[in-house]
Amino acid sequence: MYLLTELKEGLLISFRAVRANKMRSVLTTLGIVIGIVSVTLMSTAIEGVNRAFARSAAAFGTDVLYIQRFPWVGNEDWALIRNRRMLETNFAAKIERQSQFSDAVAPVVGTRRRVNLGDLSMEDAFVSGTTYQYMNAAGVTLADGRFFTAEESSGGRPVCTIGANVAETLFPREDPIGKVIRVGGYPYTVLGVFEKQGGLFGVFTSDNRVFIPLLSFESHFGGRRRDVTIQVRVADIQQMEDAKLELEGIMRKLRHIAPGKKSDFSINQQELLTETFAPISLTIASIGLFITGLSLFVGGIGIMNIMFVSVTERTKEIGIRKAIGARQRTILLQFLVEAAALCLIGGIIGLMIAFPLSLIVDQVLPTAMPLSVVFISITISLLVGVVSGFLPAYRAAKMDPVEALRYE
Amino acid sequence: MNVIELRDIVKTYDMGGAEQVLALRGVSLAIGKNEYVAIMGPSGSGKSTLMNIIGCLDTPTSGLYQFNGVNVSEMGDNDLARVRNKEIGFVFQTFNLLPRSDALHNVELPLIYGGVSSSERRQRALETLDHVGLGDRVHHKPNELSGGQRQRVAVARALVTRPSIILADEPTGNLDTKTGEEIMALFEELHHQGNTIILVTHEADIAEHAHRVVRLRDGKIETDEPVQKRRVKTAATAS
Repeated sequence: MYLLTELKEGLLISFRAVRANKMRSVLTTLGIVIGIVSVTLMSTAIEGVNRAFARSAAAFGTDVLYIQRFPWVGNEDWALIRNRRMLETNFAAKIERQSQFSDAVAPVVGTRRRVNLGDLSMEDAFVSGTTYQYMNAAGVTLADGRFFTAEESSGGRPVCTIGANVAETLFPREDPIGKVIRVGGYPYTVLGVFEKQGGLFGVFTSDNRVFIPLLSFESHFGGRRRDVTIQVRVADIQQMEDAKLELEGIMRKLRHIAPGKKSDFSINQQELLTETFAPISLTIASIGLFITGLSLFVGGIGIMNIMFVSVTERTKEIGIRKAIGARQRTILLQFLVEAAALCLIGGIIGLMIAFPLSLIVDQVLPTAMPLSVVFISITISLLVGVVSGFLPAYRAAKMDPVEALRYE
Repeated sequence: MNVIELRDIVKTYDMGGAEQVLALRGVSLAIGKNEYVAIMGPSGSGKSTLMNIIGCLDTPTSGLYQFNGVNVSEMGDNDLARVRNKEIGFVFQTFNLLPRSDALHNVELPLIYGGVSSSERRQRALETLDHVGLGDRVHHKPNELSGGQRQRVAVARALVTRPSIILADEPTGNLDTKTGEEIMALFEELHHQGNTIILVTHEADIAEHAHRVVRLRDGKIETDEPVQKRRVKTAATAS
């Protein structure tokens, strides 16, 4: 209870001191405000990058293997792998017949074409040719309508299922199902729309894509000299490694690679990306927070500086308080409370500025200021106050009352 | 039992290097309850040093200081702070009020440091302010009060903890003669009510208000004699 009285008195004193030195308090607090704004925005941005990446990576599906010419990541010498042979779309059917571990196999080829409906158009949409198996081989869900059937697929019908962004762009008001759009100039009937996936700039997701039957793709946009991806969905996620080994064997046999020779294809999976990204993200986060933390540190030095000034200015007051019975702890607490209060005010103002700014960040990256950031910044600003206030407060507490009373 | 008992108090100050200044060279002094003592002396006589030691703001280099029978000469800072808070009421020449706080808060402050509950604190502070004749000025800040009124607030602050001694350092030094007399009358009244008062001054006519005068010179007690009656004293100075 005694401590509480002292705290209350300390708060009252700091309130008066802040009021008595408005300009100085504002300027000092500004350092903390800027520090808190930059730290919270940085952590919000980092959170955003992580979330965006997580969503993008999720679009690949945890249980899907991608057989491709090149690896997604890795440090193989480009000169050695750049002449690898193309994959062929008919591998998909062969793999599906031979593989034990796979559930569904779909070949995917892609190009970028203008997709439009009258004046509404998407200039660089990703157009993917695949088979009806794609729905099973990829981790995607439909928001509306359906994917093309085996018959439409093998018949090369002019039908398509479109990504969420494509649907939004071409059909801002109406239902796209059943409508005819133009893909690279050719008419296609929309069968369905995928659910929005979000993610980093929509690159890996289905959002900006138009899926058409492989045969239609080949006849309209050409099938030669295009990179083929063969997507394989593994039936049991526990058997990813076995599935990879099996696929490697099947692929080597299909391509007649002699034993002892290196495979000239790569089997990619989402895990590769997340494994690669995790340390990068950690490094970015550490460096970013360290740099922004510096500004908070500078703010803390500002607080320390002003507290030293304040202690010197109020030497007489400290003397009076000591003469009438303030103990060292009381004086220490008084100045610590003042420094902490200054920083806390700075922290709160900083958060109030950072919050709307984080909404702007949200336009670029899918993020929200995490609640933990709010608590952490409040704690950090208090901590900065206590740490930077400690030396000045200690000096005040240790003052000799006789000397202090004599000070003019 | 004496409230204050000083035995062979020596205080030296290091002036850097080997140089030392002897401010007090063996002072022995006893002050009993309800005494009214003036400590006089020219500047440099050591009276400020003695006052600081009596007021537990400073500790002697050697010698024994017992306050109400307790040895305070070897106490640490926090224990001294407690003694100052509970047992000593200071009145300073320059009032030394907190400029941003009103009279009431200034008087409450020692009680805050003494851990008195807020309702009791307020009541006692109001009573004491009323007692020194400032019952209608409790929410005035020091700069809204006259010099005499400020000193009354300071006296109220000294009184509010019901201390064993009131230690006044040139309490009229910054006041005009008339106001000074009023403050001295207040001290006289407090003395009649049973308070022990120690007055530090270099003015003879102020010291006259006390009932005993201790004169210091060069860090030693020169004389220590009672003041008999005002009339006698006046006659003595006239002769």
